[in-house]
Amino acid sequence: MAESKEFDPRPWYLLAPSMLAIIALVVIPMSFILVYSFYENLDLAIDRVAFQFGNWQELLTDSYYHTAIWKTLRLSVIVTVLAAILGYIPAYFIAMTKYRHKWLLLLLLILPFWVSFIIRTLSWIHILGNQGAVNGILMWLGLTDAPISMMFNEFAVIVGFIHVFLPYMILNVYVSLEGIDENLEPAARTLGATPWQAFREVTLPLSLPGLAAGSLLVFVLTGGSYVTPLILGGPGDFLFGNLIYDAVVVELNWPMGATLSFTLLILLSLVVALYSRLMGMNQLSKAFG
Amino acid sequence: MRVWTLLKVYSVLVYIFMFAPIAVVLLLAFNNSQFGGFPIEGFSLRWFVKLSENEAIIRAFRTSLSLGALTALISTTIGVLASLALVRYQFRGKDFITTFLISPVLVPETVLAVGVLIFLRWLSMPRSFLLLLVGHSIIALPFVVLVVQARLVGIKKEYEEAARSLGANSVQTFFQITLPLLMPAVFAGALFAFTISFDNITATIFWRPSGMETVPTQIFGMLRNSISPEINALGFVMIVITVGVPVLAGGLARYFSRKRT
Repeated sequence: MAESKEFDPRPWYLLAPSMLAIIALVVIPMSFILVYSFYENLDLAIDRVAFQFGNWQELLTDSYYHTAIWKTLRLSVIVTVLAAILGYIPAYFIAMTKYRHKWLLLLLLILPFWVSFIIRTLSWIHILGNQGAVNGILMWLGLTDAPISMMFNEFAVIVGFIHVFLPYMILNVYVSLEGIDENLEPAARTLGATPWQAFREVTLPLSLPGLAAGSLLVFVLTGGSYVTPLILGGPGDFLFGNLIYDAVVVELNWPMGATLSFTLLILLSLVVALYSRLMGMNQLSKAFG
Repeated sequence: MRVWTLLKVYSVLVYIFMFAPIAVVLLLAFNNSQFGGFPIEGFSLRWFVKLSENEAIIRAFRTSLSLGALTALISTTIGVLASLALVRYQFRGKDFITTFLISPVLVPETVLAVGVLIFLRWLSMPRSFLLLLVGHSIIALPFVVLVVQARLVGIKKEYEEAARSLGANSVQTFFQITLPLLMPAVFAGALFAFTISFDNITATIFWRPSGMETVPTQIFGMLRNSISPEINALGFVMIVITVGVPVLAGGLARYFSRKRT
């Protein structure tokens, strides 16, 4: 079967439905975003077919948009770094532990994926809010008389993001740690390395692909969101995605919404391209294996 | 070893960080208080009763359930076909096709949502349930392909070749050999797709027709006022569905596979 050099159409029949769906719902819509970014907005939900650079000019000159790009970049970096610091150690622990019920630790890691995103996000209102657990404990201990305001600020947004995206980080790091030959660290030890040296010079470098894949996912997912700041943030806590939401849902300014969407697509694609240049795309799918 | 103990404590703290907020929602669902937060004033089921009488939520639940089920059906069907092509055939441009099938994940959901809406606007079509359905299906497709592909690699080609050599045609081989062997993967993919659809809010806010709510958008709307105890009860129900169903399915699958051997 496989030896024949003739064109075999069968795989293409199997692929056709998926590929047509992606062309219709991803490729064509992405081209439309680019085209619409040159249209002119006249009024609420009314636009004119045109080829002009007004939207792009507004994006490049209005400092409001620059602030949003800067805020998004900054917040995504903070969330990614904190998730890496928080996530690496548990991943290492799960990979190295001799605990009999290791599967349970792994199951608990996957479990949050099954809990609704919006429930996980709003649950922080119960922790950090004025009627939340932290304030309840502080007042019960008599450390404060009135609730301390910890909600609807950047801190709450960061905590919410980390909480939702941390499992991606742990899972990716775990997968790469699990793939390391377990004799390598002891081998380094017998050659005279201290435990810390053995970790730093053998295990850590070998786990970098997983750390990079986890970081990419967390960065891109944070950079593209808008719902978390709406739930946990204050009026000043907006991401680039919130500008898109405002343009499309609130102002019904489709050309500007298209311009902003295309910008976000390019910015995040640059990050993905940089990653795939450095690491290749294979690591990302390993976590599903 | 002291370092190891430190790592252990650190890991436990991270697990607490991940699960404490969820546990708090589950706990507060039974709180007999007027308000959604602390303190806990006693055990009560009244918010579940109130929930079952809330028609908007019931409607949102129905929408979400049928949307999730149909999304699972569509994305699993086309995803399994595509995975078969990727694993069972050699052809040119396979790497490109694999990346192409994963590409919906690489596009930020917000951008995907706006793009599809603009395309729809150009077609002068209104937003509809159908839009949510095809949209959710395309969002779930890459995950289905990844899950099914990973399992399919483990199924030996020899079984299929044996069936073929015994005279089965390719359709018979698929339905009598490949599909039964693939069933766990199909099931896992379908559950994954259902959860992705049931949980989606980012794109759903853009795509839903006015007046139609899914459970997440309904909760999102309810949050605008203040956090009512009903939301906690709803959270409890959602967690039981999205965590309980897969865990139960996994347990049943284990039970039956053990019984068979």
